[in-house]
Amino acid sequence: MNSVNKAQSLVDMDNISIAFGGIQAVDDTSVDLFAGEVVALLGHNGAGKSTLVKILSGAYRRDKGTIKIDGKEVAINNPRDAKAYGIETIYQTLALADNVDTAGNLYLGRELLTPWGTLDDVAMEARARDVMGRLNPRFQRFKEPVKALSGGQRQSVAIARAILFNARILIMDEPTAALGPEETAQVSELILQLKSEGIGIFLVSHDIHDVFDLADRVTVMKNGQVVGHARTEDVNKDEVLGMIILGKCPPGAIPGPGALAS
Amino acid sequence: MTDDKGLQAVPEGEKARASQMSILARFFKATELDTRMLGMIGALLLIWILFDIFSGGLFLTPRNLWNLSVQTASVAVMATGMVLVIVTRNIDLSVGSILGFVGMIMAVTQAELLPALIGYDNPVTWVIALAVGIAVGAAIGALHGYVIAYLGVPAFIVTLGGLLVWRGAAWWVTSGRTVSPMDSTFRLMGGGPTGSIGATASWAVGIVACIAIIAMIWNSRRQRQRFKFPLRPLWAEGFLAGIGCFVILGAVWIVNSYYWPIGIVRKYIEANDLQIAESDLLIAHGIAIPVLMAIAVGIVMTFITTRTRFGRYVFALGGNPEATDFAGINTRWVTMKIFIIMGILCAIAAAISTARLNAATNAQGTLDELLTIAAAVIGGTSLAGGVGTIVGAMIGAVVMQSLQSGMVLLGLDTPLQAIVVGIVLVIAVWLDSLYRRSQH
Repeated sequence: MNSVNKAQSLVDMDNISIAFGGIQAVDDTSVDLFAGEVVALLGHNGAGKSTLVKILSGAYRRDKGTIKIDGKEVAINNPRDAKAYGIETIYQTLALADNVDTAGNLYLGRELLTPWGTLDDVAMEARARDVMGRLNPRFQRFKEPVKALSGGQRQSVAIARAILFNARILIMDEPTAALGPEETAQVSELILQLKSEGIGIFLVSHDIHDVFDLADRVTVMKNGQVVGHARTEDVNKDEVLGMIILGKCPPGAIPGPGALAS
Repeated sequence: MTDDKGLQAVPEGEKARASQMSILARFFKATELDTRMLGMIGALLLIWILFDIFSGGLFLTPRNLWNLSVQTASVAVMATGMVLVIVTRNIDLSVGSILGFVGMIMAVTQAELLPALIGYDNPVTWVIALAVGIAVGAAIGALHGYVIAYLGVPAFIVTLGGLLVWRGAAWWVTSGRTVSPMDSTFRLMGGGPTGSIGATASWAVGIVACIAIIAMIWNSRRQRQRFKFPLRPLWAEGFLAGIGCFVILGAVWIVNSYYWPIGIVRKYIEANDLQIAESDLLIAHGIAIPVLMAIAVGIVMTFITTRTRFGRYVFALGGNPEATDFAGINTRWVTMKIFIIMGILCAIAAAISTARLNAATNAQGTLDELLTIAAAVIGGTSLAGGVGTIVGAMIGAVVMQSLQSGMVLLGLDTPLQAIVVGIVLVIAVWLDSLYRRSQH
């Protein structure tokens, strides 16, 4: 795919496979991502898209396949490895420690320390107030555990955590699933802003309407395999819907191994 | 200009809300006191007063309170570690057996191995014995932690196995023989007239503690000022500092009002060849060394849980293990470290308990695991994980010990004591769950 593209891809996941027990969740799947690009990974629930990105974020270990960052093969065996390559993930479940406050969650695993090696809570809270102020200006409840926050506020915390550490590659798994229309619009705006800063973004969604207008390309998965890749200007929503539901590859798309034989 | 407006808008909003609150609610908001902790302290005071009334004024005497503090020390030390264990949704059923085994190891080290090498009552005997005990405790904890974290066996099973294994091992070290006596310096860790620091040193400790409290309050206020965070009102800061100092100095005054028994004073007079009547010489106990050790452990553990990365990870792990893993934290290593700490604390508790008994028996620490778990749970540690404080667990240990020694003072039968402790534990956790539900 994109064989004519001379630019260096940011992420190349080639021939990735993973099985859980007897179930082949992801089967020989390849995707790529360029800097400043938004790629939507679409498919039904259980199509394998979340599993695929969890391999990139280090939450799962692949059985087969290679991952390249900037064209160089890398070993991503756990979330720490992924973060070291600038890969940040906003999980569908948000992955927040419910009993810890906002600043504690933002800096979980990367705490700011005082010169004595102790937690610098005040500095972390100050940065948290700063970042959250940009994302969600009305946010005030810094002292409370995130359990006490609303769905939208929790989402802001998860997003703030991902962008706090200069991510190069951002994975958003159903980023707007828990949000109202206003908050969804905010997230869309944020995605465009991050894209203009040169960050490569994987948007994972089962709902094409959420992501079609934001994405530069779509990759559709079905039963663990890629149905096809397409630039959003080459296909329309109905065609992509056909890819998701039927596995039928339209003329504007490059078929993958999971495409329905015509 | 706009910034100034923004800064002013917030306090005004808060003031508007504050005026609608009752005086009591405003008081709690200003002081940021933990109402749950206050409830527990209230319950403790109630227990004390009731026991005092029913025992005819025997409970709230310097002598009984001093004894209570010494009796609590060993379980309080272990309860601080149990908080970390339970916060991460684990359990440790083996602490009593580890205490028994490590106590036996320390006793054999100082009473049977070291005298052959460096002679009796060598000044370094106690250091070596304690170091050996802590090393053995850490190794046992590391073994438990490894099996739990890396081999994936549930903590309940691993430590249930440990309960049997280490109790058996404690018997095995000397084939069941009790080891006695302990090294004379080592014995200071058990309390008693000589194992207390006396009046002058106790006042010094109390004053240092008061200064530390004021310094901490002042420092945290300055830190918040630096980043322009909302501050507590000055009167609230003063109130907290005042209460803290009052409690500390009051406790010192109580332990300084408990004088050496007449028999020991007589021996002291003979030993020092003093020309003074026994009844004229009032020597105060002061703070007992095991109590100082427990307080030191409490301070260190509070520091670890609230001020270090490790402590933050422990709580995050209890709140959401998956999220903690996704955040790139080595959760297995964190779990293993928790059990290593638990093992070390068992060794310290074993030192206190062995020194107090002046002997190591193979039954030492039996059922201590249940007291320790009960102390942590009464102290507000949630078995669902993610919630708990060190201070709470230590107060929980005092509650458990108060119940027990109070019932002994009242002359209740042992079976009845067990029944009461069991019922109180269940009621305490029930009340706690009611409180938590009302908070959300």
